[in-house]
Order: sequence, then C-alpha cells, then structure tokens
Amino acid sequence: MVIRFIKRFYTFIIFSFLYAPILVLIIYSFNNSRSRGKWSGFTLKWYVELLHDRQILSALYYTILIAIISSVVATVIGTMAAVGIHNMGKWKKSLIMNITYLPVLNPDIVTGISLMILFIFVKMPLGFISMLLAHITFNIPYVILSVLPKLKQLNKHLYEAALDLGATPAYAFKKVILPEIMPGIITGMLLAFTLSLDDFVISFFTTGSGVSNLSITVYSMARRGINPKINALSSIMFIVVLLLLIIVNNRMSKDDSIKESA
Amino acid sequence: MKHKWITYPYIIWMIIFIIIPLALIVFFSVIIETEHGLQFTLQHFKRFLEPVYMVVLLRSIYIAFISTLICLVLGYPMAMILANRGLNKKQFLVSLFVLPMWMNFLLRTYAWLTLLENSGLINTLLSYLGLKKLNLLYNNYAVILGMVYNFLPFMVLPIYSVLIKIDKSVIEAAQDLGADSFTVFRRVTFPLSLPGVMSGITMVFMPSVTTFVISRLLGGGQYTLIGNLIEQQFLYVGDWNFGSALSVVLMIIILLSMGVMSRYDKEHEGGGLW
Repeated sequence: MVIRFIKRFYTFIIFSFLYAPILVLIIYSFNNSRSRGKWSGFTLKWYVELLHDRQILSALYYTILIAIISSVVATVIGTMAAVGIHNMGKWKKSLIMNITYLPVLNPDIVTGISLMILFIFVKMPLGFISMLLAHITFNIPYVILSVLPKLKQLNKHLYEAALDLGATPAYAFKKVILPEIMPGIITGMLLAFTLSLDDFVISFFTTGSGVSNLSITVYSMARRGINPKINALSSIMFIVVLLLLIIVNNRMSKDDSIKESA
Repeated sequence: MKHKWITYPYIIWMIIFIIIPLALIVFFSVIIETEHGLQFTLQHFKRFLEPVYMVVLLRSIYIAFISTLICLVLGYPMAMILANRGLNKKQFLVSLFVLPMWMNFLLRTYAWLTLLENSGLINTLLSYLGLKKLNLLYNNYAVILGMVYNFLPFMVLPIYSVLIKIDKSVIEAAQDLGADSFTVFRRVTFPLSLPGVMSGITMVFMPSVTTFVISRLLGGGQYTLIGNLIEQQFLYVGDWNFGSALSVVLMIIILLSMGVMSRYDKEHEGGGLW
C-alpha cells in the first residue's frame, strides 16, 4: 500500500513538473494583466493581438511553408535513397549510412553553422531558400531511417514474382513495393514535418533578414522579456502538437499491430 | 530495383550539404589569412587552450554532467513505474510523458522564464506567504533546471523501452532463488537495463553540452557555455576561424562520446557511426 502510494505520488510530482509550466503558460494567456503575478480577469485580447501581429503571422507562414516543402522533398529524395541503399553492397551501404547518421548525431549548432558557412561561401543570400535547403538536409536522414526498416521487412520474392508475371520494374515498384513501405514513408514524412516545424538552431543560423520561423520569433521576443502574445502562441501550438501527436501515435500503433499480426 | 540512379539525388545532396559544409568548417579551423595569402595554422586550436576558453568548456561539461545526473536520478524510478504499469494505462501514461517533448523547445524554456522571473508565479506565491523573494533566474540552477526539464524524457524513454523488454521469468527466477527486491534490482534489473541507461545518458548529455538557447534565456547571457561561445564567434565577433575550431572540438567531443557510449549499447543493430 505504502509503496503504491509512493509510486503514485512520484508519478504525480514528475508529471506536475512536466506540465505545470505549460499549464501556467496557457492559463496566463487568458490573463488581462501584462504582469505575471496578478490575475486581473479573463480576456482573449492576446489572441486577437496575435492574429494582428504581422511579424508572428509571417513567421507562421514561413514555418508552415518550409515544413510542407521540406518534408515533401525530403520524403521523395529520402525514399528513393532508402530503396537504393537497401540494394547496395555492404561496404557502400555502411559508408552511406555513416554519412546519413552525421546530421542526426552532430550537434545542431555545428550542422547549422556548417550550412551557414556553405551558403555564405558560395555567396548565396541567407533567407528563405537557404533555410529551406537546410531543413531538407536535416530531414532526409529521418525519412531514410523510417523507410529502411520497412524495406528490410519486405519479402524480396514478391517483387521478383511481379517481374516474372510480366510487370515492368517501374510497375512492380509502384504496385508491390510502394504499398508495402508506405507506412514507413508516411511516418518519415510526419516526422520530418514535425522536426521542421520545431527546429530552431539550424534555422537560426541559416536564415537571413526578413525571414524567420516561429521558433526564431519566440527566441527574439523572449530575449526582450515576457510577452503575453507568446503565451497565446504557446497555447495554440500546444493544441496543434497534441493533435499531431495523436495522429502519429495512431499510425505507429497501427503499424505495430500489423507487425504483430504478420 | 537495381537502378543505381535512384540514390544519386541523395548522394549529390549529401555531398553538397553534409560533406562540403563540414569540410569547410575543418578548413576554416586550420587556416589563417596573412599578407602572403592563406596559411595553415593550428593557432585557433591553441587559442582554445587559453584559460578563458577552457573555463567555458569545463563549465559546459560540468553543467551538462550535473543535469544528466539529475535526469538519471529522477528518470530511472519514473521509467520503472511506467514499465510496471498495466498495458492500457502504460501506453496512455507514456504518451502523456512524451507530449511536452513535442512542444516547441523554445516555448518550454520560455515557460520557465515566466515562472522564475522576479515578478513570476513562484515569487508571487512566496511573497503571499510573507517570505522573501528569491533570485531564481539567471544563475546556474536555472540553466540546470531548464536542461533537466527539456531533456528528462530523453532519459526516461530509453530506460523504459529496455525495462519493458526484460524477461519477467529472469526476475521470477531470482525471486525463487531467495533474492529480496533490492537484490533483484541490484543484481538483475539494473544490469539488464544498462544499455538503456547508457543511451539515456548520451541523449541527455549531448544536447546539454551543445545548447546555447537554455543558457541564453535562463542564464541571461552571463553564463556562457561552449554553444554560446560558438554563436558569438560567428554572429557577433565574426571570427570564423576560431568559431570553426570550436565547432570542430565540439564535434569531436560529441562523436567520440557517442562512439564510447554505443559500445555499451548492445542492441544497436549495425548502422551508427561506429
């Protein structure tokens, strides 16, 4: 009994530690007063102001645009690469995989700075394009790492059987392999999308004047101190992330149940 | 599926955006501009050995170490509790645990700013109780708190995923042989969970060493970590050579410790950098 109580209590403490700051943030996004300490009535004015803040709206626009483009491009390049890597010889495969792991393992700050140096070195103006290229770069490995396991599970003979039955390689790929690895592709794309949405460090170094994403905007606002608009923004983002997570989770557990039944 | 061209876009992409940039960093770290053009030098690395910068490196490692330790102490029991739950509750609790991790990193750090600041919630509560206001923000503790808060799930999840895979019959065997619960933990559960502990330590330690955001927001700029130093060199000082040298050092530290850690990670299936 005592042990059970201690366990419950400990779980409660840790979860409060994790959630209290977020809850406080959300509650204060409805607070009329600018100062943190006082509660002076319920208001939605910070949300209204948020919707009229050009800086935040443009950041939101760039964040979503870059997340969409970069996750789609990364998914295409990454899926193709995964299929190719899967069929490579051992030596080549491990070389490419090691390089693929580099952006995953390297500190974000080093990846960000190395890309910044590259862009400045070739005299490319920092801005939307450079940030997009950077996002695609760090997204591709995650797509490859989500698709490769699916390819490993794949039955080789299915593809050969399709060829024997007269399918062209392209047709066999489309009809046999693609449907089988689709869950991995979608998971990789969602992962890439979320990572891009969430990225700060790499974007921070690869963007230029005029173009910033939400993280960068939050950073520059937070450096200037507390701003209730950020609270409103956090609440909205928390809800969005919650929804995304539910979708991803559903997908993953579906994948698992398929795996188990197979 | 034997078409070789299918990987070409990726290989080209990889060379341009992964290999060349890293090569550029290494290049900038070992050259210096003189009247006779570019020359090879190791002086940027030598400069890093100066006490001013060594202090920064040691502070980064020290703060990351403390944060990792706290994460381990707080996280291990949590992982055990999660792992011992019934199946339905387990999944719910784990997703609940992961959820804050998916929220924007900056917003999570910012949330603490609002709690800890001088007129923040904690200080308001304290003054309600008639206690003195505390200086909670802009010190080492705030930075460590921010790290623990942000990276705790990275510690709990790997340990959790190893714990749920432990064969229950091994534990039962130990109990049948007369081990009490502490001995079971010490001799069976803990040793079996070591791979999870190792990857947890890696996953907390690495981002803690390299962060510059947490130290900037919660440490208020006076607590420079190696990440801040690199950022400064590139964005404010404009000394690319020294900044590159710092990045190379950081990269080596990270990749080396990854290599050391992954030796303990027996479940690692191929791949990896080592």
